[in-house]
Amino acid sequence: MSSRERILGRVRRALADVPADARPYEEAVAREYLREHGQRSVGETVDLLAENLADYRAIVHRTDEEELPLLIMRLLAQRGPQYVLVPPSLPPEWMSAADPTRVHDRAVSTPHELDRVESVVTGCAVAVAETGTIVLDGSPDQGRRRITLIPDHHICVVRVPDQVVSSVPEALERLDPARPLTWISGPSATSDIELDRVEGVHGPRTLEVVLLSGS
Amino acid sequence: MSGTFVGMPAFPRAAREAVGNTTLRGNLRHATHTIRDKRARAVAELDDWAALREAGKQIKDHTLRHLDRYLVQVEEAVTAAGGTVHWAADADEANDIVARLVEETGESEVVKVKSMATQEIGLNEALQARGIHAYETDLAELIVQLGKDRPSHILVPAIHRNRGEIRDIFRSEMGEWGRPAPENLTDTPAELAEAARLHLREKFLRAKVGISGANFVVAETGTLVVVESEGNGRMCLTLPETLISVVGIEKIVPRWQDLEVFLQTLPRSSTAERMNPYTSMWTGTTDEDGPRTFHLVLLDNGRTDTLADEVGRQALRCIRCSACLNVCPVYERAGGHAYGSVYPGPIGAILSPQLRGTGSEIDASLPYASSLCGACYEVCPVAIDIPEVLVHLRERVVQGGPAVRGGNRVVLRPAKGHAAERAAMRAAQWAFTRPGALRTGQRLASRTRRLHPRTLPGPGRAWSGTRDLPAVPAEPFRDWWQRTHGGKGGAK
Repeated sequence: MSSRERILGRVRRALADVPADARPYEEAVAREYLREHGQRSVGETVDLLAENLADYRAIVHRTDEEELPLLIMRLLAQRGPQYVLVPPSLPPEWMSAADPTRVHDRAVSTPHELDRVESVVTGCAVAVAETGTIVLDGSPDQGRRRITLIPDHHICVVRVPDQVVSSVPEALERLDPARPLTWISGPSATSDIELDRVEGVHGPRTLEVVLLSGS
Repeated sequence: MSGTFVGMPAFPRAAREAVGNTTLRGNLRHATHTIRDKRARAVAELDDWAALREAGKQIKDHTLRHLDRYLVQVEEAVTAAGGTVHWAADADEANDIVARLVEETGESEVVKVKSMATQEIGLNEALQARGIHAYETDLAELIVQLGKDRPSHILVPAIHRNRGEIRDIFRSEMGEWGRPAPENLTDTPAELAEAARLHLREKFLRAKVGISGANFVVAETGTLVVVESEGNGRMCLTLPETLISVVGIEKIVPRWQDLEVFLQTLPRSSTAERMNPYTSMWTGTTDEDGPRTFHLVLLDNGRTDTLADEVGRQALRCIRCSACLNVCPVYERAGGHAYGSVYPGPIGAILSPQLRGTGSEIDASLPYASSLCGACYEVCPVAIDIPEVLVHLRERVVQGGPAVRGGNRVVLRPAKGHAAERAAMRAAQWAFTRPGALRTGQRLASRTRRLHPRTLPGPGRAWSGTRDLPAVPAEPFRDWWQRTHGGKGGAK
């Protein structure tokens, strides 16, 4: 007998005492929890996102289409990296004023090569106001998962209010599970020393989130 | 300190030693109190916490009720998404599968995401025996691994170490494993985190094989979810060419939507955050992004035996948040090592004796490692009634009875050392079913109450050594009732 058959057999025998339960999944779970917490206008939801991002030490900026290239230029200039990673389909105008040499992540690039790049600029799939979270789904304006992981400085542009949802349930509704997803809430951190939070371990230690409103 | 839990003494003996260690008690008190208050605030932010908790419980119960169906669904979905599914009935089989998969890649080192399942099965030791080095990359796991220590907490395995001890371990041990700790390393947490970053960086960048567990597996989509803080998880899940995930069969949730419950309750219960810094979700393999080969090892190792226990099966709802450890007065004083398992604290006291059986001294003693105060049940985000299961397991230890071990029905013999308890219970049963004898006995006890000893003699001495015997009233309740109410208007 294979272990598969053995385990499935054990499960069935283990449940022999339970009365047959024909209730479908839909009736087995009462979803009496809230879809979102509190009533907010669209503007207030964006404000809450900014507040919660900042609470977990992300640096938040607000700008519009016109000012965005200058803001990105400034943010990069403050760090002064020689190279900046960009995903394949980042809107080119975002980087039009930036000084560092743009590097594209190719499938054959090794992690060691990417480790020489200090900054990365991406878009995002969705942002969650209640938790201060941005979610990346590997779309062409976000790139492979590794490009937002190895560099120490991540600039993420969120289109507000279109890409902002209030809550975790609303975010999951918008996401496609078939894509590789990365939920990011602030820069990398640890609570492993005396259960106290310290920012900055393996992921980017500086996370800058740009809230981009339509012009 | 050795890196294994085999041959641990019973809880009371191990705990007595730990309680005498003032550094340990100070470290634990500081850490658990810090997180306790933060968790309460994070939970209070959500008005619908009770409804989320109930939904989490119902999702897990429904899944366990139909676990065979959902396991098959996971297998189908993961396979369809480009992964390979393996089934492991016990620890040895799981270790063998993982070792074989690593050997097939030709590699002799792997990087690991923190995973309770792989600790439970002793994967690192099993790999070492086959010449494969496993590097732990979670900061706390790194501290434990470098210190040749054992984990003492589910979320923060090095919770028993303070910053000074961590610095000493980094200074003396990092060089043995790779890049040494920086000169002049101080004990500030930020510097210690930086030292870990530098030490592990080279390992991440060259790793070809990653090993993880998972917090959740979604049956309908075949998606695995890993919740973490540091980014070491992301490194192990995305940089290597091969990813092997060892996941207990109870980690399944039926649908994508179910994550909306647990992604709200888990971070707030464990690290007291609205959301943990990083959550990775992947479904099989993705072209040109992340590992090209993905293996999922579904692990039983005592879980189906636990599922067979009507009362005890609720322990399988556990999402490993560790909130119960942080509020437990026994854990706070005894520390995690005394529990003799990778699962310490209240949840460990009901999980270890079910996964491993109550055959060993330590496992038979774990159901007693509690004052039954119920704080663990209060904070549990999936409403596991830990006190109920503790009492149930005490009964099993003392009385024996039917259970399932290794998939087979067995009848457990009563444990040794509980003869006095059993005799007392039998005597109580005899007296309570004979009202005349009970009345006579109670009157006798009242009349002789001045002569009662303050502590019990013989086998009862241990029990009364830490307790006051209840004072016997001058008159039994039933006599008092008869005298004052004349038997009118009340139960006869």
